[in-house]
Amino acid sequence: MKFKKILPQFLTLLFIVLIFGFFTMNAQENMDTRGIEFGFGFLSKEASFDIQFSLIDYDGSMSYGRAYLVGLLNTLLVSFIGIILSTILGIIIGVARLSPNYLINKTASFYVEFFRNVPLLLQIFFWYFAALRALPMPEDASLFFGSSYMTIKGLYTVAPVWNNFDIFFIALIIAIIVIFFFNKFAKKKQEEEGKQYPKFFISLGIFIIIPAITFIVGGVDLSWSFPELKQLAKTSFTYEGGMGIPPELIALTLALTLYTATFIAENVRAGIQGVGKGQKEAAASIGLTPSQVLKLVIMPQALRIIIPPTTNQYLNLTKNSSLAAAIAYPDLVLVFAGTAMMQTGRAIEIVGITMATYLTISLAISMFMNWYNKRIAIQEK
Amino acid sequence: MNNVNILKPNKENLNLFLFFGALFFLLGIFDFCLNNFYEKNITGFLPGFISFFTPLIFGMIGLHLIRIEFSGIKILDELNKNINTNNFNAALSVSIIILIIFSVAPLLNWFILDANFVGDSKEACTGGGACWVYIKVWFNRFIYGMYPNAEQWRVNATFIIVLGFMGLGYFFPLRFKKYLTFYYVIFLPIISFLLIYYLISGGEFGLEWVETGAWGGLSLTFIVSFFSLIFCFPIGMMLALGRRSDLAVVKYSSLSFIEFWRGVPLITVLFMSAVMFPMFLPDGTYVDKLIRVIVAITLFEAAYTAEVIRGGLQALPRGQYDAAKSLGMGYWRLHLLVILPQALKLVIPGIANTFLALVKDTPLIFVVGLLELVGMLNLAKTNPKWLGFSMEGYVFAGIIFWIICYSMSKYSQKLELKFKTDR
Repeated sequence: MKFKKILPQFLTLLFIVLIFGFFTMNAQENMDTRGIEFGFGFLSKEASFDIQFSLIDYDGSMSYGRAYLVGLLNTLLVSFIGIILSTILGIIIGVARLSPNYLINKTASFYVEFFRNVPLLLQIFFWYFAALRALPMPEDASLFFGSSYMTIKGLYTVAPVWNNFDIFFIALIIAIIVIFFFNKFAKKKQEEEGKQYPKFFISLGIFIIIPAITFIVGGVDLSWSFPELKQLAKTSFTYEGGMGIPPELIALTLALTLYTATFIAENVRAGIQGVGKGQKEAAASIGLTPSQVLKLVIMPQALRIIIPPTTNQYLNLTKNSSLAAAIAYPDLVLVFAGTAMMQTGRAIEIVGITMATYLTISLAISMFMNWYNKRIAIQEK
Repeated sequence: MNNVNILKPNKENLNLFLFFGALFFLLGIFDFCLNNFYEKNITGFLPGFISFFTPLIFGMIGLHLIRIEFSGIKILDELNKNINTNNFNAALSVSIIILIIFSVAPLLNWFILDANFVGDSKEACTGGGACWVYIKVWFNRFIYGMYPNAEQWRVNATFIIVLGFMGLGYFFPLRFKKYLTFYYVIFLPIISFLLIYYLISGGEFGLEWVETGAWGGLSLTFIVSFFSLIFCFPIGMMLALGRRSDLAVVKYSSLSFIEFWRGVPLITVLFMSAVMFPMFLPDGTYVDKLIRVIVAITLFEAAYTAEVIRGGLQALPRGQYDAAKSLGMGYWRLHLLVILPQALKLVIPGIANTFLALVKDTPLIFVVGLLELVGMLNLAKTNPKWLGFSMEGYVFAGIIFWIICYSMSKYSQKLELKFKTDR
């Protein structure tokens, strides 16, 4: 009996050890013959390549470590924007798919069936190489929304210019903390005395008022910088001032959003459909108003179904953002596993770091998800 | 004539309301079409903002007027019930109708009316629409990649034979049915591999050898997804069983294997197979690019398949395990005869989704320099003789992928219904 348990485990272990041993041995041999030494010292060496788009200060004289950081931040940026936009779009489409209106229902399901059955990479290529290339040159671009220009070189729009941004930011955080404690207090009051506060409006008020005070007393100042057309040479124009968003970022965000939103929409639909009709009727029969039914009965149950698969989609979106490399948006894969690896030739270390980074992000999110899942799960007896 | 209240259309004045309703609705559509396609604004005398929304307003008034309950006309009742229950719904309906007109007309123009179908060079494309000549000229490249033109019958033959073998399973006599799984999981992959090795790759029996670098296009998409599909399923099954095993070593090694592959993007896996993997092999050994790619995709998708199958295993009630054990079944008999058949039935949609994801992931193999359909498009796009037709190419590939994926998902829905057994 015991033997039967130990043998398979021993064999598995042996198999794993043999494979890893074989690989390590070969890697060592190969690196010896090529005169490369394993190590991460190259991270502090000068990178000497430029990156088109970066959120932090960067130029070629900085280290590979800094280049890695730029790539990571760009990956996180596109994932963050994508997650927010695809959530909004996904909820709208998911609700639309449940609409009794035939036209809306069919349009939404057409959208879902269309965009999720075309490979994401193809969609990225389509937006970048076909759709955005049809935009006008900077000098021919026309104004829209009063201040922005959509050109073949990207979107130029207004940028906020802050004075003492850090004070404003601290005020914002304080406001969020105050709201958190206020909601806790309101909940306690309701449970003890049955007294209800207009939570939403008070929270909104706090969220606006506290940061607004900093404008008056904190010396915070906000002005806008507008893009203006500048002529560089006879036929070469560009915009100065404002904020320039590169077309790679736009194409990538668009494709990721449209693709992921289809999956989120399906999750939302399944979640709302998953709440039994009896729940709605029971809630109405004990005298809750329609908005209370939605807020107190339907949503908490629907969210329990919606959130786990949707977190998975967020994870997928983050991983899919690595397709950026195909259209030269400087994300982690392009900057680090692409350019930096070409220059240093350290395949094992760099691919290892890249994979470890994604793995860390994924594991962190899935650990959070497991924790959350446990918290909201129905306590069955 | 009964008194007419515009705010409350009633059945007594049915014809009157219908007439005005239809008039207003058509007026709205007419106004929109004039504005959009002929650049004539018949409501230009109104302030810009209102003028912009006139089609919507007219349409809404029209729909409001025909909203008559129990009118007795079947079509009208259906219409009201489906798209016109209240003002908000009417506004949405009108917006959608306008949106459809707005997008369908230019698309139709681009796809068919202004498009060019005949000719064999770029000069044939004079219209403002799509240049389908481009697809026609490059069609062989898009399907077969760089495979020599004269040898393309070999690819066709292979696919036809494999499809034939696949279909053969359908006609198995009843007493051989129990070997069906064996046939599909072991026999078919071996046959396909031999066919691809001897017929597509060649080099023997007087056939010219074609290196894998020349394979490409849609046929490569099929080859890669076919083999990854076949291999990832058994591996995923083993991993799923391993993850639920009582043996600590087996459990945690399966767990970390699954979590590792699920945590990294496919593109980095392919990078690994391209640049890192050769470092792990003894000097001088060379594994073909295509095989490395198939192995990478297989391992990657196997982790996802494993999680899907695990879901099915978890959904089975404990009683099934206990009942099988009480009959004296061992671990393997229990799983193969009782648990897996039921669990797999439960996870058909999940597995279909994983397979769909696999097919949609194949374009990524451009990372290692293999050019399947999308890769070939990007290559054709840079050909100096055919610049400026990227749109046609992507639309073409999009349609092909859409047909493949959509039919697969529909088929899986059918399978799900077929295997649905009530418990």
